[in-house]
Amino acid sequence: MKQYIFMFCVLFGITSFAQDYFPDSKAVKSETSNYVAITSAVIHVNAQKTLKNATLLIKDGKIVEVGRSVKLPENTIVVDAPGKHIYPSFIETYSDFGIKKIQSVKRKSQPQYDANRSGYYWNDHVRPDQEAKSHFEYDQKKADKLRKAGFGVVNTHIADGFVRGTSALVALNDETSHSRLLNEKSAQYFAFDRSQQTQQAYPSSTMGFTALLRQFYHDTDAYKNGLIEDKDLAIEAFVSQENLPQVFSVENYLNALRADKIGDQFGVQYAIIGGGDEYKRIDEIAATQAAFILPVNYPKAYDVEDPYLRDYLSLSDMKDWQLAPANAQMLSEKGVDIAFTTRDLKSPDMLLKNLQKSVDLGLDKSVALAALTSVPAKLINADQHVGTLEKGKLANFIISENELFTDNFEIAENWVQGERHRYKDIHKIDIAGQYKLTINDEAFDLKIKEKSGKYSAEVKQKDFKYAAKLSFENQWLRLILSSKEDKNYKVLSAKIDEVPSLIKGKVTLENGNTTTFTAQRLQNVQEEKSDKKDKKEKEQLKFEDLLSVSYPNTAYGFKEPKQEAKKILFKNATVITGAEKGTLEQTDVLIKNGKISKIGQNLRSGNAKVIDATGKFLTAGIIDEHSHIALSSVNEGGHNSSAEVKMEDVVNPDDISIYRSLAGGVTSAQLLHGSANPIGGRSAIIKLKWGESADELIYDNSPKFIKFALGENVKQSNWGGRSRFPQSRMGVEQVFRDYFTRAQAYGERKASGKPYRKDEEMETLLEILNQERFISCHSYVQSEINMLMKVAEDFDFNVNTFTHILEGYKVADKMQEHGAGGSTFADWWAYKYEVNDAIPHNAAIMHNQGVTVAINSDDGEMIRRLNQEAAKTMKYGGVSEEDAWKFVTANPAKLLHLEDRVGTVEEGKDADVVLWNAHPLSVYAKPIQTLIEGVVYFDLEKDKKMRQEIKKERQVLINQMMAAKNKGMETQPIKKEEKEFLHCDSLDHINHKHN
Amino acid sequence: MKSIKQFIYLVFAVMFSYSYAQQTPASPQKEAISIKGATAYIGNGNQIENSIIVFENGKITYVGTDQSQAKGKVINAEGKNVYPGFIAPNSTLGLVEVDAVRASDDERELGKMLPHVRSIIAYNTESKLVESMRPNGVLMGQITPRGGRISGTSSIVQFDAWNWEDAIIKENDAVHVNWPSGFSRSGNWYDADRRYEQNKDYQKEVDELKTYFKSASVYKETSQEIDLAKRAMQGVFDGNKNLFIHVNGEKEIRDVISFQKEINFNNLTIVGGYQAHQLADELKEAGISVLIQRVHSVPNFEDDDYDLPYKLPKILHEAGVLVALEGSGDMERQNSRNLPFYAGTAVAYGLDKNEALKMITLNTAKILGIDDQVGSLEVGKDATLFISEGDALEMRGNKLMKAFIQGRDISLESHQTELYKRYSEKYENE
Repeated sequence: MKQYIFMFCVLFGITSFAQDYFPDSKAVKSETSNYVAITSAVIHVNAQKTLKNATLLIKDGKIVEVGRSVKLPENTIVVDAPGKHIYPSFIETYSDFGIKKIQSVKRKSQPQYDANRSGYYWNDHVRPDQEAKSHFEYDQKKADKLRKAGFGVVNTHIADGFVRGTSALVALNDETSHSRLLNEKSAQYFAFDRSQQTQQAYPSSTMGFTALLRQFYHDTDAYKNGLIEDKDLAIEAFVSQENLPQVFSVENYLNALRADKIGDQFGVQYAIIGGGDEYKRIDEIAATQAAFILPVNYPKAYDVEDPYLRDYLSLSDMKDWQLAPANAQMLSEKGVDIAFTTRDLKSPDMLLKNLQKSVDLGLDKSVALAALTSVPAKLINADQHVGTLEKGKLANFIISENELFTDNFEIAENWVQGERHRYKDIHKIDIAGQYKLTINDEAFDLKIKEKSGKYSAEVKQKDFKYAAKLSFENQWLRLILSSKEDKNYKVLSAKIDEVPSLIKGKVTLENGNTTTFTAQRLQNVQEEKSDKKDKKEKEQLKFEDLLSVSYPNTAYGFKEPKQEAKKILFKNATVITGAEKGTLEQTDVLIKNGKISKIGQNLRSGNAKVIDATGKFLTAGIIDEHSHIALSSVNEGGHNSSAEVKMEDVVNPDDISIYRSLAGGVTSAQLLHGSANPIGGRSAIIKLKWGESADELIYDNSPKFIKFALGENVKQSNWGGRSRFPQSRMGVEQVFRDYFTRAQAYGERKASGKPYRKDEEMETLLEILNQERFISCHSYVQSEINMLMKVAEDFDFNVNTFTHILEGYKVADKMQEHGAGGSTFADWWAYKYEVNDAIPHNAAIMHNQGVTVAINSDDGEMIRRLNQEAAKTMKYGGVSEEDAWKFVTANPAKLLHLEDRVGTVEEGKDADVVLWNAHPLSVYAKPIQTLIEGVVYFDLEKDKKMRQEIKKERQVLINQMMAAKNKGMETQPIKKEEKEFLHCDSLDHINHKHN
Repeated sequence: MKSIKQFIYLVFAVMFSYSYAQQTPASPQKEAISIKGATAYIGNGNQIENSIIVFENGKITYVGTDQSQAKGKVINAEGKNVYPGFIAPNSTLGLVEVDAVRASDDERELGKMLPHVRSIIAYNTESKLVESMRPNGVLMGQITPRGGRISGTSSIVQFDAWNWEDAIIKENDAVHVNWPSGFSRSGNWYDADRRYEQNKDYQKEVDELKTYFKSASVYKETSQEIDLAKRAMQGVFDGNKNLFIHVNGEKEIRDVISFQKEINFNNLTIVGGYQAHQLADELKEAGISVLIQRVHSVPNFEDDDYDLPYKLPKILHEAGVLVALEGSGDMERQNSRNLPFYAGTAVAYGLDKNEALKMITLNTAKILGIDDQVGSLEVGKDATLFISEGDALEMRGNKLMKAFIQGRDISLESHQTELYKRYSEKYENE
């Protein structure tokens, strides 16, 4: 049912300019222009300033004057709006309004690696040259929808691709096309999205996007400095748009932080169109100093009536339902400038409906108003035109009976550039009441009732009740009466010009004859509303009632983002030092300031918290040399080298795997790029500081690593197409030789002092040649292992680590000689042809040949019990207990160049330790506590308590969602988000997007 | 010392003459063998210190402490442990050799209702994966097809045979059903965060399965009307075949319980059973046993206890359900040799050690219906057992000294140990 009574637009004061050059073939040209004044209104000039009983004077689509004593010129049409509210029309900053649909290119049989376009940037997803203005065709239907939702202008752009080009600011004015386009180049847009207009493979990952953007900025600089000789129309366009507002659209807070970080590097402050989940890391978000344009597609409550399905719903999804409407408020209270957008909404009219939820929770109404008007105006440099109701600005405003952000608010009129659009009659006549109806001397009782703007009628004659259908539109009343038996209808109609005491009208009778009726008003029907409102307020969730955000905002999240390091004394433990001292019985270990401060007997506790570790084992935390947990994306397979990408860009601190790995005694991990290409990406080496932000997880002064890969994955034996070099192990070698040769040339140019084009890929390779960055190379068969060592030797560096290295045992002597370490699986094999000769004795043989050996997981499950995997080397190959334990602690620390900080229990090292109930190489062992830098991140007892809290919080939310459904609110079916474990071998993840 | 070394060289020489062929199956037991002095882990929850175990003609003839019972060849196993051979149920060993090589994959057939498809036909006794089980004490398996709604018929084999026929312990032991899932995956296979959405066709799929079972139960064959699939179903109704239903969700398991009541089976086992513990009492009452999913798994749901997969065996056992461990899933074949460590991990998270052992021996045999033959060190059963240096549920202790299948002294070498020795030699000789 459409809510509005009528809608048409009237041209009040045609915007005729001094010298009109637009021909008009439809009518005799009107050369006059008049003023329009809206009088006696409550004018909300801006979010702070409200004028009561004021006048808004407009002419030629612009505001001439606003005030309480505005002198009206003679040729003024007056629209009296006593007590009505006038607000500036809203501004949509993210839209593809009027943009012709982008045609997707057809999928090719083989992946495409080169760009389609010539004369533009080498990557087709970078399209800063795209201009909204040249793809724009005014869309009346959509304009109407947007106006009904309160919008006056929209900033529209081609919502396709990564660097998307410029938007145009368009007024939603149907009639005067020549004044519609307010700014043909209003802003420059970005999004982590591939263009539909190309099949170019790169970038295929979030870190591919971030790397590409950095390189594009470098190339822009180079172009400006004449270091790129070819004509590049994309860069030229981008350079010319540098001073426009730069707007970045993302889907979640992690990508917001990622985008902002790139901006910081290149001196650009993006306005960010966010994901609506910024509340999850509010401090980091506030620190970006970006303005956030927020979507309001708050999640619907889940339908939790079926108790069997509830398990599929995570606490984090449920909490998001409850907290997303409070996002704007939390951001605003942190001092973040916020605006709103209809992006992600099915229909723009949901905007105010959803925003009401935020206001009900406590979002300040003036903040909300500013977020729809003045803030977005400023963000797209449109504040000279729109955003407030000030002299000289466009006559873009909405009129309503009630105040904005109240239950009864409805847009009655939306004026755009002086063009009036009416949806509700502001001169509303209330006909509700009790009447004495008389037709042909016959008397009836008529009761007209109103409920949320709709009327209904009850008609009785003594005890007999008639079926009555009443409508009241455009001041026309129509009442249809019938008695059920005879199915004969009387139709009563009347035009009502003012609040009636007596209604007179015409009746069309059953037999087609007409007569007249009168309805004498008796008294007003008693309102029952007040009572209802109280009830609503009681049921209304308040901000204080919301569950608190946890860090991360999932199950097992902590109350604070940062945990305090404590002074702790472990008493009487069996300490497996993993260092020279071997295993120490009945020994105390004092943890202070995040470090292992003292190891000895009978240490004094002082003010330390004492933990009785009698019969328990204390060890260094486990270090996983090869992991893909806590990552939003793993493989950038769009090129055969992706040295420019950084896994540090895509660390995801919200991954439950972090907590679960802590429960398995893991404290550090190298998060590697996948193995989709010979030269992968740069690693992120993290500590598993659950709850902290992505940046806090990454090691300070992290050693620099990069993933290389060999064999089946990089030659695309089991995935992808046949069009990417290399397709054989022969080609793999040549890829390395080619890139290192180019890197040498790049280094020479750089060292020569001549200007050069900065290339992040080459910079990374140069770091390898300079032995500042180390390689961890995914490898299986002996031939390729040998090959990479020879390549490295020819370029005067050595391969730091071979990872997987399942045939390492065949060339262990050569590895030892070269100085390469081996980080391997304990017993994996037979999943691919190249692991046919993989043996579980591999670690032992390499170890016996003097290779530094680690046991890694490459798997979100195995990382939880690497202690067991280390113990397998005792079974297969007879490694000693002491050495086996080093395979998951001291040795990976060595391989990662972290041996001075972690990996053993020695004084002065980081207090990354684990307390076990049994010897950690026993299958019966489990961690009791896991500490990183003196902070207890996992504790069996605390875990138990958290389980209880999770249960409680879930129940609270389930009850609230049940109540929401009972109240008739729309719900959505339960879905389960499943994060798959990423290993570099599971090549299902090449096309990774988002998050 | 010298003679031992010579012996080792001899072994090496013999081995290299076969280099890269699979291990040769051992010849039948010719003389009585007695294992003396070991701690015997019976498999039924008991253990006997300083035991004597005697077996002849492939069968156990004595288990106890009476030293005078020793006869034939005596193996001194003082300080060591003897276990019944471990059994890997719901396994695809021998059906696929290398995951990524399609030509080596024989684990699933086309179609929906495939009870007539038999795993034993594709079971490759010479699989390198199969022989790699034995050095860890995994000596038998239930070879099970995948795919389809009714995926086919499994058979139980021992892991030392020239051909599938000789490998059989029990042919066509059970029909396997993949119960419809209340949730199904949406989105593209390459999306990182794929959602599980409610399966709208769930009830339809359940009804379809029910209808199939009902029509199979009244199947009547004439010379003109023969349905091989329904014929293969008959064992399920006449008690010759067990029924294994692979199912995980609580609601679905509840539906399986109703299904059992409606169709009336005696030998029903749930495979997977991630949420079976939430219905433990009902399962116990209905006499339904559970092959619980791989202990080394991550929780299915973000909010679950981090150790839920580790402690599921314990929870179900304590509720009185007959439980055994299975290991299907990612890289299941190569990981099957970790079966004892699955049991060990369950112990770390609260399960009694002897109960854990039962879950890979006697309980498994009971569930598979072969406990009259194997599963424990008891007189009359197959002499399928092994001697381990230490605790076989421990990585550190699981070192096999000897293993016997039906009394045959099997090789504990494999493609992998051969490579190990070959390359160890290489370095020793350099």
